[in-house]
Amino acid sequence: MKKTTLDLLRVGEKAIIIKVNNKGDIRRRLLDIGLIPGTEVESILKSPSGDPAAFLIRGSLFAIRSEDASKIEIEVLG
Amino acid sequence: MKQNKRKIALAGNPNVGKSTVFNALTGMHQHTGNWPGKTVSNASGEYTYQNKLYRIYDLPGTYSLISHSEEEEIARDFICFGEIDVTVIVCDAVCLERNLNLVLQIMEINPKVIVCVNLLDEAKKKKIHIDLKALSSYLGVPVVGTSAREKKGLAHLLKTIEKTAEQKYRKASYVVHYNSYIEKAIDKIEPYIKEKVGNLNTRWVSLKLIDQDPIILETLKDHLGINIVDTKMEKILLEVQNDLLEQDIILSEVKDDVVASIIKTAEDICQKVVVFEKEDYRRRDKKIDQILTSKWFGIPIMLALLCTIFWITMIGANVPSTLLSNGLFWISDQIEKFLNFIHMPAIVTDIFINGVYKVLAWVVSVMLPPMAIFFPLFTLLEDLGYLPRIAFNLDKYFKKCSACGKQALSMCMGFGCNAVGVTGCRIIDSPRERLLAILTNAFVPCNGRFPMLITLIGMFLFTGGSGFMSSFILTIVILISILMTLLMSKILSKTVLKGVPSSFTLELPPYRKPQIGKVIIHSIFDRTLFVLGRAIMVAAPAGLIIWLLANLQIGDASLLKICSDFLDPFAKIFGMDGVILMAFILGFPANEIVIPIMIMGYMSLGSLTEVHDLEILRNLFVQNGWTLLTALCVMTFCLFHFPCSTTCLTIKKETGSFKWTIFSMILPTVIGLMICFLLTQCVHVFRLL
Repeated sequence: MKKTTLDLLRVGEKAIIIKVNNKGDIRRRLLDIGLIPGTEVESILKSPSGDPAAFLIRGSLFAIRSEDASKIEIEVLG
Repeated sequence: MKQNKRKIALAGNPNVGKSTVFNALTGMHQHTGNWPGKTVSNASGEYTYQNKLYRIYDLPGTYSLISHSEEEEIARDFICFGEIDVTVIVCDAVCLERNLNLVLQIMEINPKVIVCVNLLDEAKKKKIHIDLKALSSYLGVPVVGTSAREKKGLAHLLKTIEKTAEQKYRKASYVVHYNSYIEKAIDKIEPYIKEKVGNLNTRWVSLKLIDQDPIILETLKDHLGINIVDTKMEKILLEVQNDLLEQDIILSEVKDDVVASIIKTAEDICQKVVVFEKEDYRRRDKKIDQILTSKWFGIPIMLALLCTIFWITMIGANVPSTLLSNGLFWISDQIEKFLNFIHMPAIVTDIFINGVYKVLAWVVSVMLPPMAIFFPLFTLLEDLGYLPRIAFNLDKYFKKCSACGKQALSMCMGFGCNAVGVTGCRIIDSPRERLLAILTNAFVPCNGRFPMLITLIGMFLFTGGSGFMSSFILTIVILISILMTLLMSKILSKTVLKGVPSSFTLELPPYRKPQIGKVIIHSIFDRTLFVLGRAIMVAAPAGLIIWLLANLQIGDASLLKICSDFLDPFAKIFGMDGVILMAFILGFPANEIVIPIMIMGYMSLGSLTEVHDLEILRNLFVQNGWTLLTALCVMTFCLFHFPCSTTCLTIKKETGSFKWTIFSMILPTVIGLMICFLLTQCVHVFRLL
């Protein structure tokens, strides 16, 4: 179990959300799509330039910029 | 019958086929899909069922009702205060859990809901099974399964709506339980709320009071005409706040706990009712995505797709354009005969036929076919689910310019028509980034400007050269326009539209089989005819002006000649001439008529003229002093000048601001003239070319 942040999750890896440190607008949006502590996420894709990356969150695919993902603490599974 | 009209609200997440359900119920044609053309303002339609009239309101697609975006507030206020009989919440069967989140939030506000689990066919393909009966008994509300695209389950939905709307008493529906400290606070507040506003959902209002949601208090005041927070209420709230303080709980924690409770409840229910038979149900999408967004191929594939669309558009538009033009000019002959027959004065006939009607017919025949081809193709990509991937691929570049990745989409639409591109900017949430996208949209050439660019390339850059080389040059021109869009976005966000890029979460929905028939109908009605309508409005008066300028004489020169002679010295500074500049100004209603006006000016004719043979056209231009430099400057100015009248009207409509509309005209014009100036001066100073 490795603790890190979401932007560092490699494609194909799964993780559990530990803490969401984003503030303001983006925090609400992340909550909207169900990203709370305890949620399982999987890194699915990176865009051609590497940022943003797309994560599978509760059955839907969402793109999040690495700047925002770096504020989300995770624990890598497996 | 009218008195008994039932009011139905239609809510749901984006991309769940809400509009498809809406269309299927009302039979009204409204564009489906969350991308450009999405439901921002409430659309409504009517239908009758069992002799009863129903009015159904299509609410904006939202993921939740707890944030404060404009869409969410519209949806929440409508559900809370709209006096609706039933709220139908459309859910995506493939990701029910996230959708239930919204269902629970809506039930909290107004429990008279029907859950419509849509896209069951897609779920079936992915081997996802949902126990609808169990879901219904857990939630305590009716649940209907549909596949709206296949028109399945709609009869059941209609029946359930009827039954639910008639019901006077209903069994208790599911209530989300919060952390005990929140429940205690609710218990303190709710009895007093019940006294004041018995007809509203008191538990929800209590929760909002604990939340200290300022907007909902305002809204309550507006809709009910009473202030709930009176002195007694203030006392109770103070007590509650002190309780929280004693337990070391801060407000943001309360908000998080509320959200987390709802999400966890949705998770719990789904674990009981949804079975994923196949672990890897997203495999196909994953594979497609790996190709379409791959590091090496993602952007080239995207460019190739767009270029193919442009190519099909240009090749395909030739024949229908000619047919349309022949047809319209045949009509013109008939009108002329008729006007002569009723002995209309020759001058009136001339003004009408060679002025107003000719320009109108010209605009229609050159504008309609390319758009009728481009937009269905583009909508096809939208229906497939490819468009969000474009935003995904390009977001980084737009973010670097403090703009939003979704601007990539409105830019791509701009290649079809800048007016549609400007409307498409609605998908961008942040007002600053939306304005940025609107103001820079005209920096990419639209369908109306492509033919002009191609003609100029063919005449002066690659005379008689291969088609491949001119396509190559055209691609470079397109890339220049994209770079310019990015550069301008950056400059604007450093100056007049200061700001940092806002947050960005973008859903990449599953790929879906497009509904070809619908795609064609919707893109033609919603986009093509809309633009054409606005163009026609301006083309008719412009036709009159062009005729007057070309035919009114002062001394022995026409007004047009006087104007272009007057502009000539000014235009020369920028490598052009007076006729060219006049053509651009008179081409304000549609860029397609710029070259015909130039020909008219050079040949001193009285009405628009076309020369089909490029060689003859080139000779005419060269005789009037054109050089390679002139061609380059005209191309530059064609790329960067004031948007056409249709686009300007649209910008005015979308921004609601006269100031920004003027700004959007000045900005590209100044940039275009600057580049032309530098180009011309460099050539003169260094004696290039």
